[in-house]
Amino acid sequence: MSKVQNAIVGSVRTVLGWMPSQWLPGGTPDPLIERRAAIGRQASRLDGPLKVAGKARFAAEVIADRLSYATLVHSPIARGRITQLDTSAAESAPGVILVLTHRTMPRIESPALISMSDFSAVGNSDLPILQDAEIRYNGQVVAVVVADTQEQADHAASLLTIAYAREEPATRFDDAKAKSRTPDSLLIERNHVSVGKAERELAQAAHRVDNLYRTPWQNHNAIELHALTVFWEGEDALTVHDATQMIAPSAAVLAKIFGLKKDRIRVLSPFVGGGFGGKGLWDHQILAIAAARLIGRPLRLVLSRESVYRIIGGRSPTEQRVAIGADAEGRFTALIHGGHSVMPTYGACPEAYTLGSRSLYRAKSFEILQHHVELDVVPNTFMRAPGEAIGSFAMESAVDELAHRMGIDPIELRLRNEPERHPISGAPFSQHARRQAFTDGAERFGWGRRQSEPGARCDGEWRIGMGCATGSFPYARMPGAAARITLRRDGSAVVACSAQEMGMGTSTVQTQHAADRLGLPLSDVIFELGDSALPAAPMAGGSSQTASVAGAIIAAAEKLIGELVRLAGNDSPLAGLRAGEVRLVDGGVGSIEDAKRHEAYSSILARAGREEVTVTATGSPPLEMLKYAMHSTSVVFCELRVSDVTGEIRVDRLLGSFDCGTILNPQTATSQFKGGMIMGLGLALTEETLFDERSGRIMNPSLADYHIPVHLDVPEIEVMWTGIPDPRSPLGARGIGEIGITGVGAAVANAVFNATGKRVRELPITLDKLL
Amino acid sequence: MNPVSYQRASSLTEAVRMAGTSRLLGGGTNLVDLMRKGVERPSLLTDVTALSAAIEETEAGGLLIGAAARNSSVAAHPLVRTRYPMLSRAILAGASAQVRNMATVGGNLMQRTRCLYFADVAGSRCNKREPGSGCDAAGGFNRYHAIVGASSACTATHPSDMCVALAALDASVRIVGPAGERTVPLVDFHRLPSDRPELETVLEPGEVIEAVEIPASPFAARSGYRKVRDRASYAFALVSVAAELTLREGRIDEIRIAFGGIAPKPWRAYRAEAALRGSGPSGEAFLAAAALELADAAPLAGNAFKIELAKRTLGAVLTDLTGDDR
Repeated sequence: MSKVQNAIVGSVRTVLGWMPSQWLPGGTPDPLIERRAAIGRQASRLDGPLKVAGKARFAAEVIADRLSYATLVHSPIARGRITQLDTSAAESAPGVILVLTHRTMPRIESPALISMSDFSAVGNSDLPILQDAEIRYNGQVVAVVVADTQEQADHAASLLTIAYAREEPATRFDDAKAKSRTPDSLLIERNHVSVGKAERELAQAAHRVDNLYRTPWQNHNAIELHALTVFWEGEDALTVHDATQMIAPSAAVLAKIFGLKKDRIRVLSPFVGGGFGGKGLWDHQILAIAAARLIGRPLRLVLSRESVYRIIGGRSPTEQRVAIGADAEGRFTALIHGGHSVMPTYGACPEAYTLGSRSLYRAKSFEILQHHVELDVVPNTFMRAPGEAIGSFAMESAVDELAHRMGIDPIELRLRNEPERHPISGAPFSQHARRQAFTDGAERFGWGRRQSEPGARCDGEWRIGMGCATGSFPYARMPGAAARITLRRDGSAVVACSAQEMGMGTSTVQTQHAADRLGLPLSDVIFELGDSALPAAPMAGGSSQTASVAGAIIAAAEKLIGELVRLAGNDSPLAGLRAGEVRLVDGGVGSIEDAKRHEAYSSILARAGREEVTVTATGSPPLEMLKYAMHSTSVVFCELRVSDVTGEIRVDRLLGSFDCGTILNPQTATSQFKGGMIMGLGLALTEETLFDERSGRIMNPSLADYHIPVHLDVPEIEVMWTGIPDPRSPLGARGIGEIGITGVGAAVANAVFNATGKRVRELPITLDKLL
Repeated sequence: MNPVSYQRASSLTEAVRMAGTSRLLGGGTNLVDLMRKGVERPSLLTDVTALSAAIEETEAGGLLIGAAARNSSVAAHPLVRTRYPMLSRAILAGASAQVRNMATVGGNLMQRTRCLYFADVAGSRCNKREPGSGCDAAGGFNRYHAIVGASSACTATHPSDMCVALAALDASVRIVGPAGERTVPLVDFHRLPSDRPELETVLEPGEVIEAVEIPASPFAARSGYRKVRDRASYAFALVSVAAELTLREGRIDEIRIAFGGIAPKPWRAYRAEAALRGSGPSGEAFLAAAALELADAAPLAGNAFKIELAKRTLGAVLTDLTGDDR
């Protein structure tokens, strides 16, 4: 499949390369880039008052009569079989309605794995779900207990007697490396990139670095636990209130698993308390829905924090080799990036840590290749900036090492290798201003005060250092996004699609967008999302949702123009104008050429005797991302202190300078960038899943023992951006969800080196590594 | 969590009567967590938060702190802040504000280790939780484990910050039981594991902690608590040091030192104290004393760095305390 995929993507790119830009979506810049009113303005999030007042109802807060509550029971072994299963004590405990095990679970198919060729396939694992006695990873669900109250369910769960026959699991990364496999592709990219003779160039280079970098398992810790509330009407109609970042795809997959007609399932998820790649479709939704059907009652399942660690995948550990060769002037002659990460065959997420390295620098030769390690674990999954967050740690540490070795300022070294086009494909950048992001950021940060000699700045026992790093995250617009516009006679509009609001401001930003697109004030537009009954939006992932939904609204607005021109007829100031000659402006339709020829929506609809006009359309195929090199760029600066006594690190300042096209809402964007950067601090300094390789068991499944940064770990964070619109994307915008974390790990590690002279190549940078 | 009955003791006498057949509940910040995890499975709880929470001066000029006093109340009390600032700092270095508001002094003494294997009922062996079952920490994650005072049965650490300061302050624990009242020095209150890691304190069945008593102290000016951990707040100590001293004619006169994070109990560093008493303060002397104290340290695969970290931290604290600006 992957070889075929490589061939298809490759040939589409070739064809698109020959095609004139005007023929493609994004061929002519979105007119709203020049003509915006609400877009780019500071607008407080529209759902803010609801959230502050506690009135935003999340999946675990939906009210129901006769609600039942479920608890999961997990396997404590990684490999083997259940040999004894006694549910009698649990079943006779007070309030218990159902104990679901592999004996009583209905036979179902597992969901198809997330696929680049089928966007309705969204499974994170295709292992059987409670279908047999076999144990395949430590933490696998072996039973679901349902009772009248949560406490009764939790208690009954402790009364199950389960015995296991243990088999030797594959849980040791180093052992499994020997049997690793080499995939043909990573997401939509070819895995193996070989340009020139990189190993030979490296051996002959005037300057070189060649090192191994290691990053640990990490787990998802969204503030909102995974949760759903399930309602069946009889056996054939299902409503699920879920905490999900893939509403429409989940509805499609669940309909298939439970044999439902598409219009008999509804997934609602108007508010999600953080996704980050972890709120996909996992076993718990399928188990809860199956249990609710069996008992004929509404059911709620809220995962405990421990359960999130046990059955929701996290970020794979990696061991990465980065080698860079450079000539006497610092121009890269060889760039080598490869290594190992975990990806079970039953999982869907390759940790593509080398993707960023393909677009960051010009080099005479490249050798890039990843290997997958097979372990008996819950499948790892997408976690904020999958690939790039940790790939940039390795690559950007290596660049800093080379700069130090050569005695060149690390920014200067990077700028000497700044590519003019995509370094591998040769595709032109749609818009690319890393140089400016560096220059602006360095000036604001005061990079000039940095001492290049490590350990040169002290304050008492504290050594002070500065570091920087850059990162790249690809632009994506998902195919198939649809939106509906309903224009009402009073001149107001409702725009709707099943987009996901995980707290980043989607509903606010798309309301701003729709207002500008339709030429209406913000107060006259409602944007509806979070419901699979609405026109289907793709999942929120890969920093693609804003562009995907925007593309759908653009398509719907174009259709609306056609409809309004037709309705306006011959008694309108617009008479005789064709759809291509008008635009939506000032609460109505107006001639592009002649501002005086304009008619308000209310007038058009009134004359046509219509209460409303409704159009639905699907966004154009996202061919722009194949023709152009489109990337969001980060440049991160860090200043920190390291105690000479204890090795403790205290970050004093963090600055992110971004080049991501148009910033649609400075307030929500700043929050999203900062959130990513704080997550980057965790990645750099504190986060590590303690995966016991003897048992395959996660030993710190709690916020007390898995350290994410606390307030005191987070300094003042400054955020700035170039704000240069991308002429090839809707609204001129590229994704900002994942670029915030990208580069932070290396910026911190490089600052630690600058402070102490110690190079830490293994995350997290804990104090023992600096003693 | 299992079904559990709950009763309140309204007086010390009542608490003693109830203690024999129930588990005592203070703020619940540790016990209730462990009940949720199935580590603790009491069938009857006796709430002792109605017992004395008073913080008052003793006739001898010391301080008596009722067992039910909240950690945050102790840390904020003017007498504690002026006479025993080290205690205030140690308490504030622990947990979070919310936890400190609930947690009691008696409960703090009784809190149990945060060893990951101790907490994992379903998946791990633990001699403390289930005597004789084995120890998965020895070959597993033991970054937070002991380098001194441990045994082959158990290397778990006592997690308290407050108790480290109390150990250095020569505090004692007032205990009331069916046989009457007794007082135990805090340094003797917790036991080392040897081959019985499930026995953590000298408290006998039916005994209740009434109060903690701290003697008068001439040290306040030169006392300090430093905690080293994996993030800036809300993490247990890798190493902590409580120390206080007096100088006379440029030499160390009296000195008391306790370590946290390196032992199954608050670790009073008697050997280091003896080495330093009467000596002139210097970085070399501090490090030599620390080395002497840790000469028998037996680290595990994941915590060998603590030897160096403990030495350096003690050195830095003593350097700070003997400085001229004190």
